[in-house]
Amino acid sequence: MSNAMPLGATTQPTRRSTANAAGSSKIKAKKPRKQRQPSYTAEGGERPALWARSITWVLMIAVAIYFLIPVYWLIVASTKSTGDLFSTPGLWFANLNLIDNIRALTEYDGGIFWRWLLNSFIYSGVGSLLMTLISVMAGYALAVYKFRGRNVVLAAVMGSMLVPTTVLAQPTYLLLVQLGMSNTMLGVLLPSLVYPFGVMLGFIFASQAVPVEILEAARIDGASEARTFFSISSRLLANGAVTIILFAFIGTWNSYMLPLLVLNDVKLQPITVGLAGWNQASQTVPGLQTMVIVGAMISVIPVAIVFMSLQRFWKSGLAAGGVKA
Amino acid sequence: MTKTADKSARVARRAVSGGLRLAPYMFLVPFVVLFVVFMVVPIFIALYKSFFSIERSGLGFGGSNNSIFVGFDNYIQAFQNHEFIKSFGRVLLFAVIQVPIMLAFALLLALLFDSAVVRFKRFFQLSVFLPYAVPSVVAALLWGFLYQPKVSPIVSILSHLGVNAQFLSPDMVMWSMINIVIWSVTGVNMIIIFSSLQAVPRDIYEAARIDGAGEIRTALQIKIPMVSGAVMLTTLFSIIGTFQLFNEPQVLRSITSNISASYSPNMGIYQATTVGGDPNMGSAMAIILGLATFVLSLVVSVATNGKKSTGKKKGGK
Repeated sequence: MSNAMPLGATTQPTRRSTANAAGSSKIKAKKPRKQRQPSYTAEGGERPALWARSITWVLMIAVAIYFLIPVYWLIVASTKSTGDLFSTPGLWFANLNLIDNIRALTEYDGGIFWRWLLNSFIYSGVGSLLMTLISVMAGYALAVYKFRGRNVVLAAVMGSMLVPTTVLAQPTYLLLVQLGMSNTMLGVLLPSLVYPFGVMLGFIFASQAVPVEILEAARIDGASEARTFFSISSRLLANGAVTIILFAFIGTWNSYMLPLLVLNDVKLQPITVGLAGWNQASQTVPGLQTMVIVGAMISVIPVAIVFMSLQRFWKSGLAAGGVKA
Repeated sequence: MTKTADKSARVARRAVSGGLRLAPYMFLVPFVVLFVVFMVVPIFIALYKSFFSIERSGLGFGGSNNSIFVGFDNYIQAFQNHEFIKSFGRVLLFAVIQVPIMLAFALLLALLFDSAVVRFKRFFQLSVFLPYAVPSVVAALLWGFLYQPKVSPIVSILSHLGVNAQFLSPDMVMWSMINIVIWSVTGVNMIIIFSSLQAVPRDIYEAARIDGAGEIRTALQIKIPMVSGAVMLTTLFSIIGTFQLFNEPQVLRSITSNISASYSPNMGIYQATTVGGDPNMGSAMAIILGLATFVLSLVVSVATNGKKSTGKKKGGK
């Protein structure tokens, strides 16, 4: 529990109001570099030595190859026919067969793949939006009000951040069976709405971004607490909320054990469960391997796009306290 | 400092105006209800179930299955289950190998990105971070292909070099999974450490340079102690994560027979609950795993705090 302290400690750089929180973190990332570069030359010949730079170059290229090659292979492999997959060199393109592969993927088993993708979007999209609203409200309450039970809730939130979701998967499954919600979409959706890390982030963002004077002013003007939250505070918290949505989206997009336990109906499964099932079947069903590869490639695209376009948000979120994905 | 004073003042003012007493509870209700239902209740259900067993033969109850109270029998059986105990040893070994390698790698990369030696930082940082966008199930599928001799370019390149790589052999399969996990999570941990490096005031480095410390010495004696908090945090979460190992072995199991159905504790739990048809046993195992994880994170937390206070002392001098 005491681990919440380093969380707080690392938030220092992004403490200003949300409007420039993300912006300033971007500037901050660049500023030191700009400052230090000239100072090396100014101090006279303290530029990193040639050997240091050469070793770093070699190392960096090796690192980039290590991290990029599997994804590169996935892209190349997804353009190949099943025959070419086994007979042509893995790291270079053969006959471009991507369109046919996608067509085959779409036709396979009545287009179940797209159903899985849609399911994943529902679980992750709806789930992360609702979860963020719930978490931000809770974090806001903890940051802005003093009330009986506040410390209990805070302690529970911090403590439960240490409980990994997979430890709860089996017990949650038993609960869902008891509630008659196993093998339903709600059974996957509802448990994903509880995300203590989201509350913690909401708490941190709200303590930084919502100035007390604004709330006082709103109160004097006669606005109710709910109205103040939804029309004023929520705007100040928008940046933080996007960060939480991102983490929640990726977290649920990746979840595997709970849906695997809960969902027997193939039509309700998310993409992870579906693809892993295909992978298992591909040991005996010829041609299914290509489907797995193309499917895997397609399943990465949405997350990658979201990721690259919203860099500043997750960077500030990570700065605000480590990740528990 | 002024910030916290400011905050407590604001909190105090809030408390005075009495009409607001209900507001915080209204904001908290959805979270607290869901928290209780989906985090607290499941634990009690699992605890309750773990003390019962299902009697299958219909002795006097007309063939229907009925639960009978068995006390700690399920726990005793779980502890006598060699496969289950061995799976703990396996994830512990997994953590002991994977966590230090991954963190050293992440720390090295973070230090390099924070120094002046790396060009094209953005590109390299993004490439290290890219795997975070790949779901771990997909990462396991992907590396699974790269481990299979029939399709893997890596295996074929290595065989051209005269190395007969068998990534899925009994000896290698754990290393192969460790590689998948390292590939997936190094980027996140690098970014966490990197952000905390960026937060260190730059004048400290200036001072060190004036005192004649080089880049490497600055990194070892100033930067690493400064980010020890972040490193400890990532250590804690990495160890907890490794104990929950499930996705990678579960996915790779379909392409190799060298991963047993109860390879990790979580796989054993899954196995007992589904194929084994004994959710009560599964619950007992889940409780054991939960407790083990809790104890482990407590141990790491205590170690973390010890390290941090010494780090602070050093910084204070």
